[in-house]
Amino acid sequence: MSEFFLMNGDGAYVWSAYGLTLAVLILNVWLARAKHRAALQRARELAGQAQVPRRQPTVRRVQ
Amino acid sequence: MTMKLPRWFHQLGSPPYVYRLADRLCPWLGAIGVILLAVGSVWGLVIAPADYQQDEVYRIIYIHPQTAYIGMMAYVVMAVAAAIGYVWRLKLAHAVAVSAAPIGAWFTFCALFTGAVWGRPTWGTYWQWGDPRIMFEALLLFLFLGYLALRGAFDDRDKADRVTAILAVVGVVNVPIVHYSVEWWNSLHQTSTLLDEGGPAMTTDMLIPFLIMILAFTLTFYWLLLRRLQAEIIEREGDARWIRELVGEGAP
Repeated sequence: MSEFFLMNGDGAYVWSAYGLTLAVLILNVWLARAKHRAALQRARELAGQAQVPRRQPTVRRVQ
Repeated sequence: MTMKLPRWFHQLGSPPYVYRLADRLCPWLGAIGVILLAVGSVWGLVIAPADYQQDEVYRIIYIHPQTAYIGMMAYVVMAVAAAIGYVWRLKLAHAVAVSAAPIGAWFTFCALFTGAVWGRPTWGTYWQWGDPRIMFEALLLFLFLGYLALRGAFDDRDKADRVTAILAVVGVVNVPIVHYSVEWWNSLHQTSTLLDEGGPAMTTDMLIPFLIMILAFTLTFYWLLLRRLQAEIIEREGDARWIRELVGEGAP
């Protein structure tokens, strides 16, 4: 097993290349999802603000 | 004479249609992309045999050309989308261009890094100033970064779209230069293994994981692109009715 990770002396090169690429992939998935979530959140806030002027005046029941 | 365009052409210009299409495609692109990345990596690292000249370090070939190719494809996607956006004033096309840029920059960075650690044991150096392939690939990274920096200089999104589109389109000449640099000039870099004259210069047990990884990175790229595009569409459409319905508020 350790022979596989050593890669006949090339282990440091091979694994750093694969490791960095994997890290960049994970980072990019996270960045894309975070951007999407943030945009949805802003849209939600915007929709909430748009609601305010249209809110009906509160009507109290006359006792 | 009016030219009748097919219906899908108009649909692809419609933000809500593209947003929902992306929602349907993304789970498939993501799932198949990740599975193929895993299969291709294990195949390339464990199953494929060692190279007769480069021994084990050649295994970087399952990620280095792929990430380089994605970077170049991302640039072409960005330039074509920016050109369409500029000529037909199509906001959605500009949104595609903006979404492709950061992904292209990251993959180009991966290509440069994996190339450097491959170069050390095979060429004896991580980096060679003046080497045509390395210099033009680095230029590709700087074109992406320049595009993003230039966008950041504008407050007005429409103006940013139009100005950066020009940079994107002019910079696309660099893509074929990157590709042919190893043939036009003397480079430390080896010529293309896949697109070698007389067929791929690889045995089948190396070629299969190589191609799996190309497909895997391509699907992953489009997955990332569509998710970023969705965010970009929401930001650009602002408080459009369909977005208010999407986020579940403002529906009467």
